[in-house]
Amino acid sequence: MDLSYTEEEEAFRARLREWLAAALPGLPGKPDPGDWPGRRAYDTHWQRLLYDAGYAGLHWPADAGGRGATPTQHLIFLEETERAGAPYVGANFVGLLHAGPTIAAEGTAEQRARWLPPVLRGDEIWCQGFSEPEAGSDLASLRTRAVRDGDDYVVSGSKIWTSHAEVADWCELLVRTDPAAPKHRGISWLAMRMDAPGVTVRPLRTLAGSTEFAEMFLDEVRVPVPHRVGEENDGWRVTMVTLSFERGTAFVGEVVACRRTLDALAAEARRSGRWDDAVLRRRLGRLNAEFRALWRLTQWNVSEAQAGGGVPGAGGSVFKLRYSHARQELYEAAAEVLGAGDALDLDREWVLDRLSSLSYTIAAGTSQIQANIVAERILGLPKGR
Amino acid sequence: MDFQLSDDQRALGAGIRELLAGRFDRDRMRAAHDGGGGVDRALWRELGAAGLFALRLPETAGGVGLGLPESVLLFEEMGRALLPGPLAATQLAAGAVKGAAEGEAVVALAEAGRPVGHLEGTDALLVLDGEAGGAVGRVLSGRALRQVVREAEPMRSLDPGTPLWRVPDLAGYEGEPLPDGARPRHEGALLAAAEQLGSAGRSLEAAVQHAREREQFAAPIGSFQAVKHLCAGMLVRAETARTAVYAAAVTGDPMEIAGAKLLADEAAVGNARDCLQVHGGMGFTWEADVHLHLKRAWLRAGQWLTAADAEEALAADLG
Ligand SMILES: Cc1cc2nc3c(=O)[nH]c(=O)nc-3n(C[C@H](O)[C@H](O)[C@H](O)COP(=O)(O)OP(=O)(O)OC[C@H]3O[C@@H](n4cnc5c(N)ncnc54)[C@H](O)[C@@H]3O)c2cc1C
Repeated sequence: MDLSYTEEEEAFRARLREWLAAALPGLPGKPDPGDWPGRRAYDTHWQRLLYDAGYAGLHWPADAGGRGATPTQHLIFLEETERAGAPYVGANFVGLLHAGPTIAAEGTAEQRARWLPPVLRGDEIWCQGFSEPEAGSDLASLRTRAVRDGDDYVVSGSKIWTSHAEVADWCELLVRTDPAAPKHRGISWLAMRMDAPGVTVRPLRTLAGSTEFAEMFLDEVRVPVPHRVGEENDGWRVTMVTLSFERGTAFVGEVVACRRTLDALAAEARRSGRWDDAVLRRRLGRLNAEFRALWRLTQWNVSEAQAGGGVPGAGGSVFKLRYSHARQELYEAAAEVLGAGDALDLDREWVLDRLSSLSYTIAAGTSQIQANIVAERILGLPKGR
Repeated sequence: MDFQLSDDQRALGAGIRELLAGRFDRDRMRAAHDGGGGVDRALWRELGAAGLFALRLPETAGGVGLGLPESVLLFEEMGRALLPGPLAATQLAAGAVKGAAEGEAVVALAEAGRPVGHLEGTDALLVLDGEAGGAVGRVLSGRALRQVVREAEPMRSLDPGTPLWRVPDLAGYEGEPLPDGARPRHEGALLAAAEQLGSAGRSLEAAVQHAREREQFAAPIGSFQAVKHLCAGMLVRAETARTAVYAAAVTGDPMEIAGAKLLADEAAVGNARDCLQVHGGMGFTWEADVHLHLKRAWLRAGQWLTAADAEEALAADLG
């Protein structure tokens, strides 16, 4: 066990730090959380800066336009950018962490050449069209269908909870291409243009009042057959590749962010006198242990992935279960630090964060589904109902 | 960064597991607990001969010259096996108390206001003085120890593996100071956390095994989600504690040790409780081992560094 970083890794960290110190002061101010076009512009501007500096798609393989960095270097990147207060991936999330890696792993040479560079440059934004009104946790029961018509698939159905749909250029779309096959077969993975005729996006208002996600109606949308990634009816396997990326590294930067928030909470409690409350103080102390451990768990998972060839394992589910709960606890503590009055003030950042944190045990697979995965795939308990 | 066990470390853990399986199998474990508990001197010597207590003494002092991470792996195995005795205190006193390194001496742990385990027949007492943060260690032996034993009163111990005594206030008793200030407190907390980790892992295994074998409603109970989720929760607790304990062993950082003790206590106690639940009525019997793990976990949670002290230390570190 060795928690020290190699000379090479430290040199990488030092260069990155230097670059961040120079690049960050020039950034425009953060846009309003409700201003989606503004957020897109902000996020893609940052992505472009990363690209020009050679930090875009750091962990992508070199032949996909990335830097082929090791998981440890990627970890350092996420740690340092978060620590420096750099923008989060934001609207680039699906493209960079999700659709991009999937296309890199499963796409043809033309598909990689067409879709990957614009993601890296920040020119194109992707969204994820997996969930449907009748297919959430039971994703494989999705019904949106795609029927071959010449060189096109004709797609009809609807998707829901599609994050960033309003500003996305492309959608990674799961469709049913063989209604007769068992439900896990018969699914294909398509790249769909969001401005194609027949696509209607209706923003949904979240409980935080914002429009983070949307409903999508697809009415005979034509998607060219070459926009299918992977074989026809092999989309479920492709999807599993995608999901392992989503769960593997998606939350690394956020653990660092949680530790910063916790420090800020303690500072605020000391300022306001609430620190004298031993129950609250001890609660913050326990959260300190929690986020320290989650960071170590991240390092453990990354080291394991590195030893195992770079593919994140089921350990991601262990992490997600603990992390999503801890993050909600963090904002419960924040409400107590703010006190009964301020905890109701939507202009306080922590109040909005408290609302957002409610999604952590739901999005990207609910805690109940993660627990099933842990029990069946790691502990080997029998499949059941 | 390579935060995985090295081949040597893996081999060390497997070696001690094998040793314990041979010398302290389930029958001996049960006999030790059903017969009033206490230290088995013969086994203690064998552990000493295997280098368990001298592990961190430098080779020039007759030790094995290994570090905290290796100690943690050993203590994890001893926690799994539910080995009774003041293991952490004795390893910490190796070098300071004659015979401790070889397993010839047993060194019990005394903390202000808490009962002392294995007092009768102990060769020395490691006394932790002062507040949790700045504790210093002293070693009591000879006449002072004999007087403590005379004034002590036996308790009916919650943990059948650990006989307990109430002792007088030890402030006035003369002892040899242990070097390095607060080091014994931190390292003892880490070693106890490692034992808790082993216990948490053992409880998880027992629960999973039972969930696979026991049938109700014509199906293994492990196919029911309510049971599955209990088991998944146990794994999450154990893995979170494991990385915290291992990382603390690598860095030796007091704050990280405090976090590791807190989470390992939670994992050992929580996993034993859930394991008991998965076992149903069987879990409530003396015959099942579950209660032994739970009782030992409660005992250890009150030693070296309590949750309250760990949380206060970790809070002070914020902001
Ligand atoms: C903020 C946010 C952003 C999202 N972004 C996207 C996106 O960009 N693209 C996208 O495709 N999807 C997205 N999702 C959808 C998300 O993946 C689903 O909400 C999630 O998988 C749960 O599906 P559901 O909402 O249909 O709930 P359901 O599946 O109906 O679940 C309801 C409840 O039943 C429980 N449950 C269901 N099945 C089981 C079972 N087998 N065992 C035990 N309990 C079960 C669940 O745990 C949950 O508590 C997003 C969701 C949120 C909240």
